[in-house]
Order: sequence, then C-alpha cells, then structure tokens
Amino acid sequence: MSTAIGTEAPTFTLPDTEGSGHSPGDAPATLVVFTCNHCPYALAWHDRIAAIARDYDDVKVLAINPNDAERYPRDSFDAMRERVTGDGGWPMPYLRDESQEVARAYGAKTTPDCFVIDAQGRIAYRGAPDADYQDPSLNAAWLREALDAVLAGSEPERAQTDPVGCSIKWK
Amino acid sequence: MTQPRVELLFWDGCPSHPQALEELRAAMAELGLDPDQVLVREVDTEQRADRERFVGSPTVRIDGVDIQDPGEEPVALTCRVYHRRDGRVSPVPDPADVRDALRNAMTTRSRS
Repeated sequence: MSTAIGTEAPTFTLPDTEGSGHSPGDAPATLVVFTCNHCPYALAWHDRIAAIARDYDDVKVLAINPNDAERYPRDSFDAMRERVTGDGGWPMPYLRDESQEVARAYGAKTTPDCFVIDAQGRIAYRGAPDADYQDPSLNAAWLREALDAVLAGSEPERAQTDPVGCSIKWK
Repeated sequence: MTQPRVELLFWDGCPSHPQALEELRAAMAELGLDPDQVLVREVDTEQRADRERFVGSPTVRIDGVDIQDPGEEPVALTCRVYHRRDGRVSPVPDPADVRDALRNAMTTRSRS
C-alpha cells in the first residue's frame, strides 16, 4: 500500500516516548516524518526537521520510528526515550510504530521519508527534506516550501521528490 | 613499496557506497595509489555480515584495519554512522580520515 499526492492520508494514533497518543490532523498542516535512531541520513537531517517544529507553530510535526527493534536495538522504544531525554526534549513528539502498519500504510521507504498533509487531510508533499543531507544551510527547504504553500491554501509546486536515506527495517 | 590492500565492504540497502567508493578512489589517486585496486565486496546476508564482522555500510579496511574503529558496534546490515571532522553526522567517512588511514598504511609498509 502507498499514498499518492492529493489522496487522503492514512490516519493513525501512535504513542510518543511518554506514552501519550498522537494523530495527524486538527491543524492547518501536519508533517509526518518517518525517521529513526541509527541511520546517518536521518541523524544528519534531524536538526533541520526539529527546526521546522520550532519555526512553524501552526504545523503539527510527528516523527515516527517504524524500524524493527529486535534486529536493530538502537531503534527500541527505550532507546527512543533515552535519545529524547538525552537531547533535553524534542520540539515534536517521537512516535513508535511497533507494528509498522503506519509505515506500510504510507508506503514509506526510507528514514527519513517525509509527508506533508493539508488541512483537509490530503497528502500535499512526499519526499526528502531538501536536496542534500550534507548541507545544513539548505534548512529543509523542500519541506518549508510545501508547508508554506499548504498554509497559504495552495498546492506545492514541488509536490514529490525521491526520499533519500536508509531503508526501513521491516520485520 | 607495495600498495596497501584496500577493501570497501557495502550493503546494498544503504545508498552511500557509490559516494564512498568515489571518495576512496579519489584519495588513493591523490596519494599516488592505483584507484582501480580497491576490492569492492558486497555483504548481502546476516550470516555474511557475521563472518565479516560487518558493522555497517560502507566499511573501508586498509590492510585489514577498519579506518574507523568499530568498537562495540554490533554486526548489522545497516548504514554506518560516521562523523565529519567538523562534527556533522555522515553516512560516509570524512575524506581526510580516508587519506590519513591510507598514509598510515603506506608509512607502515615503507618501514617493513
């Protein structure tokens, strides 16, 4: 299963590292980012995604870790909790997709793999945060462009890019 | 002086190995080594990762020595985390670290 631009985003409720449930929607825009603890691409882009959560008060940002924690213990719920605590807290919740059903519903391929959802619950953007994980100055420009368009009530000019990162570790 | 044995081990589930190979070959050429002599080997099963003590892709070994000490890293089919010299996380080694490792191997060989 996967999602296409303009189609309805799968809904879900997943627990964060404190055990509280979070769902997309009830916001002018939602950014869903599949990410993890152990992937260098996800780590390289992390600060840029966190900056979006800080910069866009009206955007709901949900970071989701769907990786198989049995084979990749660094992605366990405990390890997620330790990372958030070690960072002194995150500006967005870090959710655990233990069953991997949410990642499958979105057709997520990599960490990171990003989805911008508009106020009507439709996928408006899917892909990478920006053009180069090595260049922090790009500042997740593709996500910011998509979010700015959605918040302005229009469609992003660049609605889809190729996600770049580590393959999701399926069970 | 004989050329050091340079190996690049990769797992195809991680997209970083073409960049790592390109930068490794560039570093070898810069130091007067033949860049075509890199032994490129795919690690495609967990059994093979165990045998190779493979802690992530890419792994570069020069005369059998990993250019980044794997420490307690678990064996895994995964992308490997490196750090650039400026502190940034990266899926490939810093080219300066690759050059230093090659130079060290060349120095060791020239003394033996």
